[in-house]
Amino acid sequence: MSRLRYLARKTVWLAVTLYFVITFNFVLFHVLPGNPVRLLARSGHLTPQAVADITRVYGLNHPPPVQYVIYLKDLLHGQLGISYTYREPVSQLLGQYLGNTIVLLTAATVLTIVLGVLIGVVVANRRGTGWDSATVTTSVIGWSLPTFWTGLILTFLLGVWLHAFPIFGMQTPNAVYTSGLQRLEDIGAHLFLPTLTLVIVNIAQFVLVARASVIEVLAEDFMVTATAKGLLPRRILWRHAVRNALLPVVTASALLISLVVGGAIEVETVFSWPGMGLLVYNSVLNRDYPVIEAAFLVFAVVVLLVNFASDLLYQVLDPRVREA
Amino acid sequence: MVRPGVTAGLGGAVPAEPLGEAPVPGARPETGVRRVWGALTADPMGRVGLVLFALVVLIAVAGPLLFPFNAAAVSNSAAGVLQPPSARHWLGTDELGRDLFREFLSAAHVSLVVGLAATAISMVLGSAIGTAAGYYGCWADTVLMRITDFFLVLPQLPLVIALAAFFGQSLVIIIVVIGLTGWPTTARIVRAQTLSLRERQFVTRVRSLGASDLRILRVHILPNVMPLIFANTVLVIGGAILAEATLAFLGLGDPVQVSWGTMLHFAFGSGAIGRGAWWFFVPPGVGIVVVVLAFTLTGHAIDQALNPRLRGSR
Repeated sequence: MSRLRYLARKTVWLAVTLYFVITFNFVLFHVLPGNPVRLLARSGHLTPQAVADITRVYGLNHPPPVQYVIYLKDLLHGQLGISYTYREPVSQLLGQYLGNTIVLLTAATVLTIVLGVLIGVVVANRRGTGWDSATVTTSVIGWSLPTFWTGLILTFLLGVWLHAFPIFGMQTPNAVYTSGLQRLEDIGAHLFLPTLTLVIVNIAQFVLVARASVIEVLAEDFMVTATAKGLLPRRILWRHAVRNALLPVVTASALLISLVVGGAIEVETVFSWPGMGLLVYNSVLNRDYPVIEAAFLVFAVVVLLVNFASDLLYQVLDPRVREA
Repeated sequence: MVRPGVTAGLGGAVPAEPLGEAPVPGARPETGVRRVWGALTADPMGRVGLVLFALVVLIAVAGPLLFPFNAAAVSNSAAGVLQPPSARHWLGTDELGRDLFREFLSAAHVSLVVGLAATAISMVLGSAIGTAAGYYGCWADTVLMRITDFFLVLPQLPLVIALAAFFGQSLVIIIVVIGLTGWPTTARIVRAQTLSLRERQFVTRVRSLGASDLRILRVHILPNVMPLIFANTVLVIGGAILAEATLAFLGLGDPVQVSWGTMLHFAFGSGAIGRGAWWFFVPPGVGIVVVVLAFTLTGHAIDQALNPRLRGSR
């Protein structure tokens, strides 16, 4: 019962937030001054007829509340406008690029979490030694690295200098694959550097969260019991401490997604990975406003959904939340 | 801040419990400042941060005076373009044949200006919302914190990019956009602290003496929240500088005010990486890392000293 109520509360909050994100998007890009279409229509080079046409096509002749209703209706039908540069419906464009971004995001997030937790547990087990300050120092430096610059440096070192990895795109251009496996291999090679960049930049915080959490659990009474039972230290650490220390990691994962989404724009730009981030970059250069606006909406919704999922996961994992 | 998670990772952005030691009733802000300074100079990381900060300020202020940069001094032959470092050009030349050492120095101040100004906006907004929510409680708290949570969950970089693309490329717009999106963590921290201060005896006492809300907030609450706000502010500056660099790299920087991010934008665009012109893309990045490190290290040191949850945990 309480579990259902928790679920209901979280779902309502998700719905309300989604609605606000959509409305926020509308106010930001349709009501506030600086609207590109309005600027377009104001240009002195247009004939009055053209101005009237632009105004009508984009629905600017309606008062804002009516525009809002039209906007909501279009959104429900999956219509996000027409791209200025591609002359294609934005929703279709996003569909082409979103998948590639999800591949990159998943690879980076999973690697960051797994590696971050492993390193965090190892350094937590060595607390009170030189490892502590080394961990904190590395993490502070890791945080200070701009994602895009880390990508540029990796491009130069591993791509241009050592020729170890491809630095452009998702597949070798004009490649003919003899098997699906070969194609997958090629994509994996292209995926390596963008993923590595995102992992390097974001892993530090994960290590810190995991480390702090494990240290906290190690101080609990049941750890003493486990030791008294004569269990192997390794077993105590990995079976008893780590499993209990994973909860804060779930929260940190939800935070991570928001960062990785931002980082994806930078990394996709640097490595020309054909995803949403590259699309945003190109749209920024071409001032393709409908695409920029829609991309922001999609990013926001993705982050919201991941947060929602992590809330639910937390509830499944932590019996204390389940009962509260 | 582009990466809000870091403060949590580096040392609890939102303290679960308020400051452990109750400050003396009516404590003056000076004690806060002195405590912050003491914490900074006692911690080796804090000292490194201060030195880096002094270095960056020196570069930003004295650099352009000693080595003025002439943006119009382009090379008129292909031979002068993307030259490696030499006695004449200490850091080589850029894609137009201009001296990169001088360009590097002239761009230094932009990061600092944007970081400080944007953070000032975030800090004022966050503190105002945080104190209002924490002090007035009830529905004001609920509404303000819902708004804060809403902004907290929005991915900041896509939002900043969209806003900067819509409202134009000028330093002022960049500052406002970064400032207006960076306040939620500050608001949360300030709220938590205000909430506990409100219930302290010295506040109840002055209230019963007839002090107005505004006076209580100004004289008794704000000075006591100040050190925490300060620690958070220093961390936020680093994030704001990273955000500016990212915007500039993506081509959304102020075309007149060239920053290190803008230099990297041109380095990337002109294919300096493929040609191995490391003197073009390494120095600006190192510059950004050093500025951000300066603020992160000092902020981390202050946080370690002032945040009771972290004290003695290491």
